[in-house]
Amino acid sequence: MSTLTDLTITAAAAGMAKGYFTSEELTIAHVEAMEQAADLNAFITETPEIALERAKESDARRAAGNAQGTMDGIPIAVKDLFCTEGVLTTAGSHILDGFRPTYESTVTTKLRDAGAVMLGKTNLDEFAMGSANITSYYGPVKNPWKGQGDGKDGKDLVPGGSSGGSAAAVAARIALGATGTDTGGSIRQPASFTGIVGLKPTYGRCSRWGIVAFASSLDQAGPLTRTVEDAAHMLTVMAGHDAKDSTSAPIAVPDFAAGLNAGVKGLKVGIPKEYTLDGMPSEIQALWTQGMDWLKDQGAECAPVSLPHTKYALPAYYIVAPAEASSNLARYDGVRYGLRVAGDSLDEMYEATRGEGFGDEVRRRVLIGTYVLSAGYYDAYYIKAQRVRTLIAEDFRKAFEQVDVLLTPTAPSAAFAIGEKMDDPVAMYLNDVFTVPASMAGLPAISIPAGLDSGGLPLGLQLIAKPFDEETLLRAAAALEAAAGFDAKPGGAG
Amino acid sequence: MPININDVKKIAFLARIRVPDDALEPLAGELSNIIGWVEQLSEVDTDGVQPMTSVADMTWPRRADTVSDGDCADDVLANATEPEKKSDGGFYTVPKVIE
Repeated sequence: MSTLTDLTITAAAAGMAKGYFTSEELTIAHVEAMEQAADLNAFITETPEIALERAKESDARRAAGNAQGTMDGIPIAVKDLFCTEGVLTTAGSHILDGFRPTYESTVTTKLRDAGAVMLGKTNLDEFAMGSANITSYYGPVKNPWKGQGDGKDGKDLVPGGSSGGSAAAVAARIALGATGTDTGGSIRQPASFTGIVGLKPTYGRCSRWGIVAFASSLDQAGPLTRTVEDAAHMLTVMAGHDAKDSTSAPIAVPDFAAGLNAGVKGLKVGIPKEYTLDGMPSEIQALWTQGMDWLKDQGAECAPVSLPHTKYALPAYYIVAPAEASSNLARYDGVRYGLRVAGDSLDEMYEATRGEGFGDEVRRRVLIGTYVLSAGYYDAYYIKAQRVRTLIAEDFRKAFEQVDVLLTPTAPSAAFAIGEKMDDPVAMYLNDVFTVPASMAGLPAISIPAGLDSGGLPLGLQLIAKPFDEETLLRAAAALEAAAGFDAKPGGAG
Repeated sequence: MPININDVKKIAFLARIRVPDDALEPLAGELSNIIGWVEQLSEVDTDGVQPMTSVADMTWPRRADTVSDGDCADDVLANATEPEKKSDGGFYTVPKVIE
């Protein structure tokens, strides 16, 4: 059965349609893979009973001639930031102890209605705050990839974050796809670290309803898969207007997989010069140049563009995101759900609950957010950052007057060892230097596995497109994927 | 601007997060580093630039102002932190606020 876990979503759907295997068989193979890879700590909650029940329902639908489409019967993992009815939802935090939502998020409802089979809830950085999946109350996730040299021999590496469990599950062939969320790079950076595809759609493309909120003006759900085509199939199901999210865009959802192979002849690809960093590994620079050549060979035109405020995106993000987080996380007060730590007064109960319930990184960000929003500092920090954000969005708008997509590296390094970069929060924040600018402008972006570094670890390239132009983004991504021909797998997977 | 121990105490109270005394000084250092780093934004000329209020260039639709949910007190209270008391007329319970 091991070959079933190595299929793409597209191939698995075709296999079920032709009757080569059932969703139940496919699901059992993945449940077994999940059990065997428990050491990765990719899941906080495994739901094999739910998976088998939904797989059988899928088979029954198919037998009755009512199969729902490509996602019907496909085993997927769900980031534990999506509320799932009756199933523990933790956001990787102690403060949500025992929380079983009585409702289902819009995105997971859509996947469920399309027949997707939930294998379990994946580990993540606490409240999605982190770039290495080391801040979870449920412990770090291990990257299924192992590196050589550079002090990495035999060490466990991080999978990136915050959607680290989802990325590890897809890379390790435990799930055919997974949901993630991306606030500043939390889908794309772990995809790059684990050698898979990670797509952050345009802000407003997927409903945020039922997703535990981190920074509401930035949060966006998206798929993690092993191919661009699979990402397109998952996004087609996940996207769409939802009256329950006031920033959900009332825009029609195309079949994103339809135009994938139309090619890139004549496509204008911008290369932002500000994405060349001092001290960036030469391998990443070389891979980026290789990516340009791959697209040019297929008829695209590459041209330099300038995004002058790139350097300020990360510091502006670290004002805006913590500010929104400090407001969103005010709801965790020990009254209505989750952890309660007793106190003699209401204020003491709040303080004790939040003091014990939040981990170090969440506490840091809530305090930073509280500081930048507090009287006397609001204009100097928060309003200043929102003005800079306007300039960042304006940079992209001008660039997209000249080009159709932008090509950049996804992350400034390959995966690093668990335990590294722990002492200095700002050093950890720099992981997201290439992903945060598109987040600040609400743009769709995708990471494609493009090669391996000298230590055998995957590196990703990022494409960024105009708002709601995921079709061009995916078409360019498919061309890049075809040229890269990335077929490396982590040791022991599949 | 450096953040000192008293600043941390004040912010922690505003955020209603209890911070143990031995964590105050390390936190003051960490928060000062982060704030010092974000202050590079002061280099950017933002005169006449409007602060961003919405990342998407569109008018979001509004739903009708009608009741679309309700009659689900049990669902609302299902995760109450003191479930043994929620049968007291269907309320959340908190420490006494008014004597």
